[in-house]
Amino acid sequence: MRGNEKGTSVLRGKPLSFGGDLVFRYSVMVVATLTLALVWLLVIMMVIDASSSIDTFGLGFVTGDVWDPNRDVYGALPFIFGTLLTTGIALIIGVPLSIGIAVYLSELAPPYLRGPLSFVVELLAAVPSVIYGLWAMYALRPVIVGTVEPFLSDILGWTPLFAGDSVGLDKFTAGIILAIMIIPTIASVSKEAMMAVPDSQREAALSLGATRYETTRMAVLTYARSGIFGATILGLGRAVGETMAVAMTIGNANVISWSLLDPGQTMASLIANNWGEAQDLQLSALIEMGLVLFVVALVVNVFARLMVGRFMKAVPSTGGGL
Amino acid sequence: MNIYERRRIKNTLASGLALACVVLALIPLVYILAEVVIKGAPALSWEFLTSRTVGTGEPGEGIGNAIVGTLLLVFYAGLIGLPVGILTGIYVSEYGNNRFGTTVRFFNDVLANFPSIVVGLLAYALVVAYLDVGFSLIAGAFALAIIMIPIVANTTEEALRMVPNSLREGALALGVPRWRTVLKVMLTNARSGIVTGSLLSIARIAGETAPLLLTAFYSSYWSFSPTEPVASLPLTIFRNYNSPSDVLLEQAWGASLVLILIVLSLNIGVRILMRPRKRKHKAVKRRWMTRLSRKT
Amino acid sequence: MDDKIITEDLNAYFGEVHAVKGVDIRIPKNAITAIIGPSGCGKSTLIRCMNRMHEVVRGARVTGRVLLDGKDVYDPHMDPVFVRTKVGMVFQKPNPFPTMSIYDNVVAGLRLNGEKDWKKLDAVVEKSLKLAALWDEVKHQLDASGVSISGGQQQRLCIARALAVEPEVLLLDEPCSALDPIATAKIEDLLFDLKDKYTIVIVTHNMQQAARIADFTAFMYLGEMVEFGETKKIFESPEKELTEKYITGRFG
Repeated sequence: MRGNEKGTSVLRGKPLSFGGDLVFRYSVMVVATLTLALVWLLVIMMVIDASSSIDTFGLGFVTGDVWDPNRDVYGALPFIFGTLLTTGIALIIGVPLSIGIAVYLSELAPPYLRGPLSFVVELLAAVPSVIYGLWAMYALRPVIVGTVEPFLSDILGWTPLFAGDSVGLDKFTAGIILAIMIIPTIASVSKEAMMAVPDSQREAALSLGATRYETTRMAVLTYARSGIFGATILGLGRAVGETMAVAMTIGNANVISWSLLDPGQTMASLIANNWGEAQDLQLSALIEMGLVLFVVALVVNVFARLMVGRFMKAVPSTGGGL
Repeated sequence: MNIYERRRIKNTLASGLALACVVLALIPLVYILAEVVIKGAPALSWEFLTSRTVGTGEPGEGIGNAIVGTLLLVFYAGLIGLPVGILTGIYVSEYGNNRFGTTVRFFNDVLANFPSIVVGLLAYALVVAYLDVGFSLIAGAFALAIIMIPIVANTTEEALRMVPNSLREGALALGVPRWRTVLKVMLTNARSGIVTGSLLSIARIAGETAPLLLTAFYSSYWSFSPTEPVASLPLTIFRNYNSPSDVLLEQAWGASLVLILIVLSLNIGVRILMRPRKRKHKAVKRRWMTRLSRKT
Repeated sequence: MDDKIITEDLNAYFGEVHAVKGVDIRIPKNAITAIIGPSGCGKSTLIRCMNRMHEVVRGARVTGRVLLDGKDVYDPHMDPVFVRTKVGMVFQKPNPFPTMSIYDNVVAGLRLNGEKDWKKLDAVVEKSLKLAALWDEVKHQLDASGVSISGGQQQRLCIARALAVEPEVLLLDEPCSALDPIATAKIEDLLFDLKDKYTIVIVTHNMQQAARIADFTAFMYLGEMVEFGETKKIFESPEKELTEKYITGRFG
C-alpha cells in the first residue's frame, strides 16, 4: 500500500490530490469564518443604526428611567429592571423544579422510563414561544387571576412586591411562563451532569449507610454542582432573551414598578411590542436596546458555556423560538 | 421517632417530591397541546387552509398564505443555512483542533442559544436598512438562516465526531485524498446525525417569531416576491392573539395547531429515525453464529 | 471460634446470569478471611451480598440467607441502610468524595445521623485516621481535599471513613489492586492490626496476599464455594483437586 509506511503522511506524497485537499480545507475554513465575521459585521451595523440614540443619551441611556416616545426621551432602566424581575421569578420557580426533574431522571427513574420521559421534558423546549404566549393569555392567565394572585395579594399584599390588583398581564405571569420555558434547558443539562457522576461515588455513600436521598445529596449533587450551576446560568441566558411569550403576557408598561402584579416590560419585549410604529430616534433607541441585550446575552452565555463545558450538547438547541 | 425512621421518611418524601416535579412540568405541555387541539381544530377546514388572511375578521379568511409564507421562509433559510452550517461543522470537526477551530466552535455554541430578537435586529440592520430591501421575505430568511447555522454546525460536528476514527484512517491508508474521505466516507456515515440535526433546526426556525417581526413583517396577500413582506404562521398568531374578533382569534388558534403539528412531527419523527437499529444486526449475527456451530 | 457471618444457600443473580451458586460459608469473628479465585468467579458479588450492595444494581437479586450474628440481613423487616452501617466496605478503586476535605470525608457517615458535636467529630477523625495508619501523614492537612493525597493514602482514607461509623465487619474488595507494593504493604499491616476489633473479609486475586495476612481462606470457582479452611491448610494441603490446581498456578 502506498504512502503508508512508518507514518509517511499520505497528503505529502500525492501531488495530485494535494491541491484538492488544500482547496477543500481552505474553502471550508472560509465558510466557517463567514458566519463569525458576518455576525460581527452586523453588530457594527447595528451600532451605526443606534448611533443617533447613543449620541443623544450617551451613558444616560442605561440609567435613564423614562421611555416616552412623545417627548422623544428614552432610557433603558425600566426594562433592565423588568428583565431582572421576570428572570428572577423564572429562576426561583424554575431551578428547584428543574433539579427535581433532573434528580428523578438521573437517579430514580426506571431505565425504561428515562429515555421517553427525558424526551418529553425536552419537548417542552420545542413548543414555539408564541404558542406559549397564546396559551398563557387564555389558559394560564384565568388561573392566575382567579386563584394565584388573589392568594398572593391576601398573604403578601402588604409587601411592595405584591401590592395592588391585577388583570393577570404582569411581571408575575411573565415570570411563570418563563419558568416553564427554561425548565427543559436547566433540567436536561443538570441531568447530564448528574449522570456523569461515577457510580463509585454513589457506592461510597451507600456503603456508609446512606439512604438514596442522602446519597444523591452527598455524592451526586455535590460532584455535579458546577454543571448544575452552569445549567442555571444557561437557563438565565434563555430567560433574558425570551421575547414573544413575555411580550404577550407582561402588560406592555414602560415604567418601573416594584410590584410583580403590575404590568411591566423587559428589554426583549420592548423591542417586540414597539417595533411596528417606531421611527427615527425611537427606532434608534430600540436598536440601542437591542445592543444592550446583545451584550448581556453574550456575557451570560459565554459564562454559562465556560461552566458547562462538556455537557454542551445536552442543551436542547431546538428551543422553539424566542 | 428515632433518627432512622426520620431519615427513611425524608427519603420517601424526597423521592415523591422529585416525581412531583416531573409531573408538574409535564402538565403545561399536555395542557398546551390540548388547548391548541381543542381550540384550533374547529377552525381547520379546506377553506381555512387555502384562503388568505385579510385581517378584518370577515368569514372566509384563512391562513393559506401564512402556511406558504412559512414554508418559503424555511426553504430559503435552509438554502443558505444548511450548506453553511454543514460546512462549518465539517471544518470544526476535521480541521478545528487548533485555537481558531476552538474559537469557532465556542462562538457557534454561544450563538445557538442567542436571543432571536437580537438576530432579527442584525438581519434588519443589514438587509432591511443598509441594503434597503425593506421588510421582505429574503430578510426574514436571512435572519432564520443565522439562527439555523450554529445549530446545524453543532450537530454536524457531533455527528462527524461519532464516526469511528478507524474509518477515516482506513480510507486515508487506501490512498483516498482527504477531501474525498471527508465527503464520501465521513459524511455518509454521519448522514443520519446530520439529517436529524437539520430537521431539528428546521423545526426550530419554523416557530420563530421575533426575528420575523423585525424583518419579514407581514402580508395579507398571496404575493411571495423575495423583496416584499410575507405572512407567516407565527406572526399570524402574534397579530391576532389579543384580537376582540372571534374569527381572528380562531385564526390564531388554527395557525397554532398547524404550527405545532409541523414542529412536533419533525421532533418526534427525528426521534423515531434516531432509534438504533439493533434488531437487524442481531438477526444477522445469530444466523452467522449458528452457521459456525454447525460446522464444529 | 464464633462465626460472625453465616450464609445459607446464597444465590445471587444479575438478571439471568447466576453469579453466586448456593454458597454456604462461615466467616469467623475477629479474624481475616480471604476469598480467592480466578476473575469472574463471583467473589466480589459474594461479599456485596453481605452488606446488601448487590441489590443496588438494576436487575440484581438474591435468594438464600445471610446471617449476621444470627439475624438474616435479607429479612423483609431488615433495613439495608442499617445493615450497611454494621457491615462496612472498601472498594477496589479508592473513592473519597472529591468535593469534601479529608476531615469531612471521614465523618461523612456520622453526619448522616445528625452528629454535629465537633468535639466528638474531632475525636472520631483522629481515632479513625489512626486506625487506618493515616493520621501522622495528614494530621496537618485535614482541610485538604480528599483527592489531593496519593492513591494509597486515599485508600486508607476510605478505610478510615468506613471505620468511622463503627461497623462490626469490614469488607474489602481487592483494595490493593490499584496500589503500588509499598502502599499495599501499609494496608496489609493495618488490616493485621484491625482484626482484634473487627471481622475482616478481603477479596483478593493475589494469592500471596491471602497467604500473608489471612487467617482463613475461601476458594471460589465459577460461582461456587470450592473449599474453605485455615489459610495454612488451604495452601499446604488442600482437600480439593481444583483448589490445588489454582494454588499451584495451573489456571487463573
